[in-house]
Amino acid sequence: MRTVLVLLLLSMGTVQAIGEIGIRNLEDERRFNELAKTLRCMVCQNQSIADSNAELALDFRDQVKKKINEGQTDAEIIDYMVERYGDYILYRPPFNMVTAILWMGPFILVVVGFLMILRTMRRQEKSPADANTGQQARLKELLEKSSDAGNRGG
Amino acid sequence: MKARYLLPIAVFLAIVAVFGLVLYQVSQGRNIREIPSPLIGKTVPEFELPLLLKPEQTFSSEQLKGQVSLVNVWASWCVSCRYEHDLLVRMSRNIDISIIGINYKDERMDALKWLRDMGNPYVASIFDHDGRVAIDWGVYGTPETFIVDQQGIIRYKHTGPITAEKLRNEIMPLVNKLREAGDTV
Repeated sequence: MRTVLVLLLLSMGTVQAIGEIGIRNLEDERRFNELAKTLRCMVCQNQSIADSNAELALDFRDQVKKKINEGQTDAEIIDYMVERYGDYILYRPPFNMVTAILWMGPFILVVVGFLMILRTMRRQEKSPADANTGQQARLKELLEKSSDAGNRGG
Repeated sequence: MKARYLLPIAVFLAIVAVFGLVLYQVSQGRNIREIPSPLIGKTVPEFELPLLLKPEQTFSSEQLKGQVSLVNVWASWCVSCRYEHDLLVRMSRNIDISIIGINYKDERMDALKWLRDMGNPYVASIFDHDGRVAIDWGVYGTPETFIVDQQGIIRYKHTGPITAEKLRNEIMPLVNKLREAGDTV
């Protein structure tokens, strides 16, 4: 039990040591967590600054906390980062000319897939008639043959 | 019958072409981690920080105006900076260009030792101990090099060590162009 307590105390120490700047209240804490999730760590490009422990992510987190403590709104803080690092810093890129294909791509693919299914279905609906006449005749022929053989055998 | 296969083959070839193009660009030295800076064409972010060598003096963004300069973000802990440093030193000796250093998240003693050991190519290095000014410059991977024109507007940014090729093909042509444009104004 005592080891657990000691470990707990130790881990609390590290958590506090990571961020230099503190957060004043729960509401600010919530805002900070949300913002940190939307901002990309520029060096570890597939992590948000909330996930990453890269030096730069720590600096970004401190900067965000500082701005929250200064009373800036979420939009102001995001603008501040975008002004310096571009849209790339946003995990959720805005819709514009450059990102149009990124946003529309999945929908276009769904539509294309749907059209292809429709086409295939229509082709199958149309073709049975032509395909069948030949196949039916062949089937009949085979059936007759086998029944003949069966009769003879029996 | 064959037409059924044309579309999938065309899509496949298109994907191969796109991947091939990017791979080719990478083999030609394109850095896929490089992200275009939104700061190009904008005035340099305002700052005023102490100098690395003379802590009692400060250097401000205003002082960048009046000449074309290279602003180089560096640190003694940065491995790629070591790779680039020799070129910077040679530039400072042979080419007429003022190189301003932003010493990024460094310890003063380490940075001073670095300059003593490897040469000091900078007209001035500012000491950005907590990296706050660098964030204003949109720095995310040292070394980074900016070209700032006479009006204090950022014209170019390169992330990663500059090479002799970059210098010859991109940096110097732009510096010369900016100088000519500045002379005629």
